[in-house]
Amino acid sequence: MDDETRALLDVLVADARESTADIARQTGLSADEVDARLDDLEAAGVLRGYTAVVDWDRTDADRVAAVVEVNVELDRETAYEEIARRIAESPTVDSLRLVSGDYDFALDVSANTMQAVSRFVAEEVAPLPAVTKTVTHYVMETYKERGVVFDDRDEDDRLSVTP
Amino acid sequence: MSDGDDERRRDLPDGGTDDVASAGDDVRADDTELDDTELDDVREGDRFTPADRVDAVAPSGIRAFFEVAESRDDVISLGVGEPDFTAPWPARSAAIASLERGRTSYTANRGTPELRRAIARHVERYDLSYDPEEEILVTTGASEAVDLAFRALVDPGDVVALPTPTYVSYAPGVTFAGGEPLPVPTYHEDDWSLTPEALRAAGADEADVLVLCYPNNPTGATMSREELSGVAEFCREHDLLVVSDEIYAALTYGDEHTSVATLPGMRERTVVINGFSKAYAMTGLRLGYALAPPTASAAMTKVHQYSMLSAPTTAQHAAAAALQRCDDEVGEMRREYDRRRRYLTARLRELGLDVAEPGGAFYAFPRVADVAPDGDDEAFATDLLRETGVAAVPGSAFGDGGAGHLRLSYATGMDELKEATRRLESYLAEH
Repeated sequence: MDDETRALLDVLVADARESTADIARQTGLSADEVDARLDDLEAAGVLRGYTAVVDWDRTDADRVAAVVEVNVELDRETAYEEIARRIAESPTVDSLRLVSGDYDFALDVSANTMQAVSRFVAEEVAPLPAVTKTVTHYVMETYKERGVVFDDRDEDDRLSVTP
Repeated sequence: MSDGDDERRRDLPDGGTDDVASAGDDVRADDTELDDTELDDVREGDRFTPADRVDAVAPSGIRAFFEVAESRDDVISLGVGEPDFTAPWPARSAAIASLERGRTSYTANRGTPELRRAIARHVERYDLSYDPEEEILVTTGASEAVDLAFRALVDPGDVVALPTPTYVSYAPGVTFAGGEPLPVPTYHEDDWSLTPEALRAAGADEADVLVLCYPNNPTGATMSREELSGVAEFCREHDLLVVSDEIYAALTYGDEHTSVATLPGMRERTVVINGFSKAYAMTGLRLGYALAPPTASAAMTKVHQYSMLSAPTTAQHAAAAALQRCDDEVGEMRREYDRRRRYLTARLRELGLDVAEPGGAFYAFPRVADVAPDGDDEAFATDLLRETGVAAVPGSAFGDGGAGHLRLSYATGMDELKEATRRLESYLAEH
């Protein structure tokens, strides 16, 4: 990957709403080049989406989030990919990863109610033949999400003019 | 004791000080020997006269502008010469740990051996090699290192060549040390780089010391090895010592930083100054260092020993951790500055302002002479601040070479940069 493309991705990761013109100014590319590269990156599956980081606690929306650990036991007919594909189908699942350590899959899930999350785990994950154990941790507070700290930023107490 | 009492104590005529000092906070009640007339004289008068070399220095141009900026509460400041980041956690954590362990005593005058060794290893990345025992001195900010260099190496009447525009403290520092500052103008058209011709034209061949500051505050200019070679040759030919302030070395974009001390025949005549304020966002921890051959280093250490004793111990622990564990954080900050640098220079050019490409530090130095009333950068900056709340430092604050320009710092968030340039755009459209 060349430096400009890397810079372009850095800009988008920091703020996916940057305008093409502003991305161009920050990366040194022309606006047309930015558009062309974005098309290429999307086509290549590098750019998978542009989403927002939301502090749901500051809204009146009902939302329950949980981290679910899933242990599985593979057999000759079942691979991680198949189990993952099955679990990922559910809209309750925000992210799904295969991880090393005491369990196999780590899921971030969310729904409107605690019952909905529980039902998802009990009815859609636990019954899968390969699954041997699940542990559900409900999220009590979010302090940081995808690099964004959920805290009112400190006031800038630097002097307004310095040498 | 309140400020008022303190002031009054200083104001007392001969013989009064001790009496009043022993009276403590109840100064007025116990001070019966002074009648009302005398008291008035005491309040109005001030027996002090600053030393001539202090009186000779004008107050900082930045200071005056700062007062206007501070009087408003809606200011977006592009006038700040310090990072908007917080010092990396490993550095802060080391400072906390050192306090928890009660490490609050003086350190060796030159700084802790651990930090000096870490500095020696760190500067190898710039091809600099210095002995931590004899050639490295840890100071209270790079500012102290600059001051020490002048006080330790400049004799009364020595001429110190200062390429301008440049950081505001060098000329006063030279004057305080009894030396004579010699401005050497550099030009927008040369991308603010210093040339032997400019040195010669300013009469620097007669100077004793040359101060270099690259990457430069306020222009953001950097000097390539080739450009520095010409300057180095001039210094060798005319036997100039060099004080090279490289505090922004880690914040260069594009070509790697070149230290003048790496050029042939220059190490033995150069004091290299660096510190932790800019690259590690540790301005308030006040820690810098000087690299110099043993004689210069010993002379600077002698002054340091009698004035400062040793740099702050807590900050030295933070600095050692910064050098050992914070390369990634520095890299991230540099990438972020680079992004803002590109944005700001692109926007300024779109607004029709001519700006040399800043190769380092975190400043852009656009030319505003053509759009300012009578080409006056101070009037422009003041008017811009009053009408739009955007604070930018007038270029003339950095010496005559900076007149007609503004210093804009991009050590401020992307959102603020966008808003500030938007306001600048409407201001330019209306004038």
